[in-house]
Amino acid sequence: MEIILTDLSPKMRRGIGILLILAALGLAAMLVLSALRDHVVFFYGPSDIRAKAGHSQIVRLGGLVVEDSIQKDPDGIRFQVTDQITSIEVRYSGILPDLFREGQGVITEGRLDGDVFRADNVLAKHDETYMPAEVADLLKEQGVWKGQE
Amino acid sequence: MFDYLANPTRFRAITAVIFPVAVAVTVAALLYGLYLAFFASPADYQQGETVRIMYIHVPAAWMALLAYLAMAVAAIFYLVWRHPLADIGARAMAVPGASFALITLLTGSFWGRPMWGTWWVWDARLTSMLILFFLYLGYIALADGFERPERGSKPASLLLVVGVINLPIIKFSVDWWNTLHQGSSVLRFGGPSIDPAMLLPLLVMALAMLGWFISVSILRMNTLLAQRRLNVLEIREQSPQRGKV
Repeated sequence: MEIILTDLSPKMRRGIGILLILAALGLAAMLVLSALRDHVVFFYGPSDIRAKAGHSQIVRLGGLVVEDSIQKDPDGIRFQVTDQITSIEVRYSGILPDLFREGQGVITEGRLDGDVFRADNVLAKHDETYMPAEVADLLKEQGVWKGQE
Repeated sequence: MFDYLANPTRFRAITAVIFPVAVAVTVAALLYGLYLAFFASPADYQQGETVRIMYIHVPAAWMALLAYLAMAVAAIFYLVWRHPLADIGARAMAVPGASFALITLLTGSFWGRPMWGTWWVWDARLTSMLILFFLYLGYIALADGFERPERGSKPASLLLVVGVINLPIIKFSVDWWNTLHQGSSVLRFGGPSIDPAMLLPLLVMALAMLGWFISVSILRMNTLLAQRRLNVLEIREQSPQRGKV
């Protein structure tokens, strides 16, 4: 190996050195990221949250707000969040983001308390679709609407 | 080809042609792009007028990644072939690149507040972008942290190469993990999920930022080259026995 390496020009040696650095870094990054997978995740869906969240531990629950599930009480708001498999009731009192509505993606931060999720904070999540309002109306009219209401 | 370009005199002759073209493209694309972004493009069906932040935020983010990639390629040319011009290129691109990263973070924050309901969250996309900004700052500090600037070139170039690993993490963070940040709208499988009327201003603004980046990088490279020559002249003046000017 040494004989081969000394036969190479300095340029080749430096080039091989950089390739080795990049390969080692790529491998290290892959290992670190796969080890951290559970911690890099920003929120859990309603199906995972029971398994992932211990009692009274602060976690984030994300999903879509179920249609016709928003109820306003004197002491706040309650709504169902779903990942199309299971849904969970969220209770919250505080300021809601502008994009909060039924069918919208939300991420709520709080604690699991029995069957309900008590949120301290509600964030809206939107998808990567951008279009003018007229186009959205047209798609709804033609019945080919696939996005959120 | 790289040996051909590595001659500073030839480099100056070539960039003297590219520079005015890049400036012209920047001015034209910026005027047209801003007109499209603020007046001639429609409001979004969900986000309303706030969507216009996208026309600054997204091209700046693309440029922040592209500038870093260009710097890392220059760093490899410096480390392997030892071309001083490649090192000067990376140094010249650092500040404009860092500006793009900062613009991305700030406009993203201004966009996140009304839409998501928060200025900042520690999700994978936002955090990896912040790390990119810190990599830029680290590179600038390392490259300029020595009394003789050439001494910082090697460690700073190595930092650039190491930091490349962050680029795919930024790009794919929204696919690999649950994030608050939405997925990619333009560079994605299955084609763009953005209306053509909004894609056009986005691309025109990206062209404007690319033109600005090229113009500023050329200016800064020429400045750094002049600075190096000045340093050499000063050293010769202080010790005339070492060489004749």
